[in-house]
Amino acid sequence: MHPAFSVVFFTTATGAGYGLLALLGVLAGQGFIPPDFWLGLTGMGLALGLISAGLLSSAGHLGRPERAWRAFSQWRSSWLSREGIASVATFVPAGLFGIGWVVLGRTSGWVAVAGLLAAIGAVATVCTTGMIYASLKPIAQWHSRFTLPAYLIFATMTGSVLLNALLQGFGVGSAAVLACALLATFAGWGWKLVTWRYNDRLEIPTTANTATGLAGGTVRSIEWPHTEENYLLKEMGFRIARKHSAKLRQFTQVLAFALPALLLLAAFALPWPYAAASSMLAAIAQLAGMLVERWLFFAEAKHTVTLYYGR
Amino acid sequence: MTCLPAHTDKKLGLVIDLDTCVGCQACVTACKEWNTGGHMAPLTDIDPYGGNADGVWFNRVHSYEHMTEMGGRTVNFPRSCLHCETPACVTVCPTGASYKRASDGIVLVDEDKCIGCKLCSWACPYGAREFDTDVGVMKKCTLCVDRIYNDNLAEEDRVPACVAACPTSARHFGDLGDPASAISQLVAERGGVDLMPEMGYKPTNKYLPPRAHTTRAASVPAPALEAVRAEGGFLGWVDRMLSN
Repeated sequence: MHPAFSVVFFTTATGAGYGLLALLGVLAGQGFIPPDFWLGLTGMGLALGLISAGLLSSAGHLGRPERAWRAFSQWRSSWLSREGIASVATFVPAGLFGIGWVVLGRTSGWVAVAGLLAAIGAVATVCTTGMIYASLKPIAQWHSRFTLPAYLIFATMTGSVLLNALLQGFGVGSAAVLACALLATFAGWGWKLVTWRYNDRLEIPTTANTATGLAGGTVRSIEWPHTEENYLLKEMGFRIARKHSAKLRQFTQVLAFALPALLLLAAFALPWPYAAASSMLAAIAQLAGMLVERWLFFAEAKHTVTLYYGR
Repeated sequence: MTCLPAHTDKKLGLVIDLDTCVGCQACVTACKEWNTGGHMAPLTDIDPYGGNADGVWFNRVHSYEHMTEMGGRTVNFPRSCLHCETPACVTVCPTGASYKRASDGIVLVDEDKCIGCKLCSWACPYGAREFDTDVGVMKKCTLCVDRIYNDNLAEEDRVPACVAACPTSARHFGDLGDPASAISQLVAERGGVDLMPEMGYKPTNKYLPPRAHTTRAASVPAPALEAVRAEGGFLGWVDRMLSN
């Protein structure tokens, strides 16, 4: 599949934004994070900024963005429609929670409820994003039991690493949050390795034989219907050389998992402000690594239409 | 709604005979000619006379080499929308632009509602949908809805443009939901198959596989310049002398 940057950025940014929003909603709403105006403003600004930038980027991917409002209508059958509704609906409790926690400095009563609702909305939205990909049968690498958990794990991972960087930055870091960020990073690393292993051994029943209805023997493409690349090849036939894939997987492992894990470990030992710097570097490296991971998620996915082109 | 109809009164579709298709591309050009002025018009071409020609087509003909134990042959393979009974391209649509008609089972796109998210083209395993970058919406085969019910055309012309154009009658149109229809009988007689049945989309269109290889000819051709049977007489003597 063609890795359109708008969609790569959209899924990575909203994943991190919703992860941070959910953690802030639960932890701050329950009083685990001290109500501090600048900390709250930075945290909520970062979460909602990432979400909004991602959503705007995805709207830019549309052929007719001015009709985007129509996408709220088909929630009964379409995961994309459900994602649109969940993402917009989450802004309501998130906005109320932001006003209550940041502006009014409250963490009890309706603010706590709004925080929990924002967290539920965030988890629901990430689930719908994962299901858009997991429900597509023609793309075997996505239509697997690994896709939905991956979106949830990566949102938790990037969200908790961002939260740790935020708290450390304001000098109120906690060993518990740091430990959570580290554990989530290891969980994400493990899940990615298991997913790659599964995808590398994937054997699908769909072949050039079933695609053409020609039973038995071998079916070899000898002539395409067109001499230039068409929409199908540009959108679904994207290929990268195997060697690039291996290198990019190494980049992903270093940037998204290994380096952040090392920096988070260092943050345990270092005094402030070095722990804060280390935590922020971890967050930046991980987000950059997740962009590479998401690029590979698309680039390594093979659509059945490529069988018609002998690819 | 993009929910699928529980039942369609008819299952209009195509049957394509891979035995008789000669790959002449007449169906491709007839489709383009009709539809660029039809229901989903225009079928935009980008840089048509330049080095990077690209454009929207509803029907494309591939050519394959099919090698089996019985021998090899070239198979020309027209590929277009199969108007599936359970098309995921419809259910994934977030706007309701994609729909399957309850009356005849034809899958269509309402161009005025399409936001161009392209998800339907990802959901189609067959590559039936093509995006029009100029208009910003998705386009696909309409089974020539603007021909098959068109009272302004003579009755024999009320078939999809690709069917009307085919010079070898490799393309057939009709109601595949009616077991008594000529097209259903043809499928039963020739053992018509679904493409990618394992995907579970239940395509309405069927493909008739090429007829079995004949057993009358030698299954393995004799090597060049050697007789199939040992020659006797003068030619046999020449053969033996030259073979030494």
